[in-house]
Amino acid sequence: MLLVQQVLNGLLLGGIYVGVAVAFTLTIGILNFLNFTIPVLFMLAGMVGWSLSVYGLPFGLSDPLGWAPSLAIGILCAIGASLLVERFTYRYFKAKHGDATEHAIPLVSSLGFLLIFEYLVLIAHGSDSQAFRTPFADLNWRVAGLIISIPQVISLAVSLGIVAGLSLLLTRSRIGRALRATAENPDAATLMGVEVNRIVPVVFVLTGLLCGLAGALFAVNYGEVSPYMGDNVGTKAIAGMVIGGLGSVWGAIAGGLIVGLTETLSIHFFGATSVQISVWGLLLVLLLLRPQGLFGHNAIGKGKF
Amino acid sequence: MSGYLAGIVSILGINVIFAYGIYVTAASGQLNLGGAGFQAIGAYGCAIMSSVYGFSVWTSILIAMAIGGAIGFVIAFPILRTRGVYMVLATFAFAEVVAGIIINSEFLGGAVGLPLSDYVEVNAIIAATLLVILFVFYLMSTRVGLAMRAVHDDESVADLMGVNNRAIQVMSFALGGALAGLSGALYALYFGFVEVQYFNALLSIFVLLYVLIGGTQTAWGPLFGASFFTLVPEALRIGEDWRFFIFGVLIVAMMIFRPEGIVTRDALDRLWLRLAPGTRHG
Repeated sequence: MLLVQQVLNGLLLGGIYVGVAVAFTLTIGILNFLNFTIPVLFMLAGMVGWSLSVYGLPFGLSDPLGWAPSLAIGILCAIGASLLVERFTYRYFKAKHGDATEHAIPLVSSLGFLLIFEYLVLIAHGSDSQAFRTPFADLNWRVAGLIISIPQVISLAVSLGIVAGLSLLLTRSRIGRALRATAENPDAATLMGVEVNRIVPVVFVLTGLLCGLAGALFAVNYGEVSPYMGDNVGTKAIAGMVIGGLGSVWGAIAGGLIVGLTETLSIHFFGATSVQISVWGLLLVLLLLRPQGLFGHNAIGKGKF
Repeated sequence: MSGYLAGIVSILGINVIFAYGIYVTAASGQLNLGGAGFQAIGAYGCAIMSSVYGFSVWTSILIAMAIGGAIGFVIAFPILRTRGVYMVLATFAFAEVVAGIIINSEFLGGAVGLPLSDYVEVNAIIAATLLVILFVFYLMSTRVGLAMRAVHDDESVADLMGVNNRAIQVMSFALGGALAGLSGALYALYFGFVEVQYFNALLSIFVLLYVLIGGTQTAWGPLFGASFFTLVPEALRIGEDWRFFIFGVLIVAMMIFRPEGIVTRDALDRLWLRLAPGTRHG
């Protein structure tokens, strides 16, 4: 029974990773850009939400807000930050210099933004974890000896729903077609009338939305936010993305859930410190044996750095 | 030399050697985001050799370098099967696994860390740093260095011109592992203590940034990058958090204005021309 409980916990934990992993896979699949700001976007939504719910709007504009509007504004902040990242990183992707490291430009500047956002939050609020209060902190559902946290189930459903919507958007809508055309060949897409410069920000809005939502769900589920909350989730989501295959939305879902499961099961069998070996070892072995992941395309992400 | 100055010079030396360890792989076109893993191998290798087996300081350092180099050599074969983003992620995963193994190993002190009884003076670190700098400059001026540049710029053309790509890439990984191992050994001996928390993902990111921002085209790049990012924060004596914020802003700005790094071949050529008109340098 304990084992079943662990499997369940693993899947619910994986639900948090799924949103972030999909954000990673989207930017890498469409723009061939490993966006390292994703973990901080996740953190921004949680921390901004917490700050609003405790202090209210800045400059004394309002009293402390309720948890829902706070988190909604937090998600908007994540989207805004993501657009800022687009303005200063991806716009410079097509450098005129003929150097092999030019593709590393957005990667490196996204690392710069990772530091900027993380330390801005640290400067504002210090490095302590903060309790995020919601009315349903311990709403649990007891079925046949299993404890199921209802917020977690709801958030798993929400992330899966968002991802399903995203998948529909990508395959059915005009924007989705433009995005997929850009992913395949930006030059050909331009010739076919896709305005690449206007379609790229859409990817970043989606990234901000997915990360912000995941951050908000994390805050509600675990009742705790901290400036470092993105680091662990972000790296696990990267692992999930790679396991699922770069550029595959459904792969990112499977990968996120697999990582969540691996994590809880290895804690269950080998103790808390074994997580680092099991998750990253799994990733390393998979990268070496089947680099395209479970569902990925062979071609994505092979461009030279 | 005052204690404060000695401390800064030691950290500078360790960072410069570490940056060269990442640079030699970057110079042949591979991004290694697992620097902390290689440095940890050197640091723990040296700590074990010195404290557990009682080797002398210099022997421990050499063994640590050899272990770093050997692991770099071995790990290069599987890692070189991956390319682009996958290689960045594979090296990152490698560093995480190394940290995970250390934290789970009682022999290596686990999460508590290992103390060292031996010690190196700052002069030894300065000497080692100068040797490494001279060695890398010499290496980049040889045919091997030229081959590394060729592989970095275009693998297929380098292959057509008769460069053994794989040998060059494996060699640069092994050499990078040895240099990162050396920096780890010096770190362990200078601070007299190693703990796995120090060798985290942020360290790997920082050292890669030193190299990329300094510039991968010439051996001046990492020297400049590591010195700049070790000394400037020291000079800006403001809150720790603001330092890193400014560091982030500098990174974004540099990628916009000088995406190939601060020190480029062009810039050096112009500089030499101004200093000594009429001559040409590589």
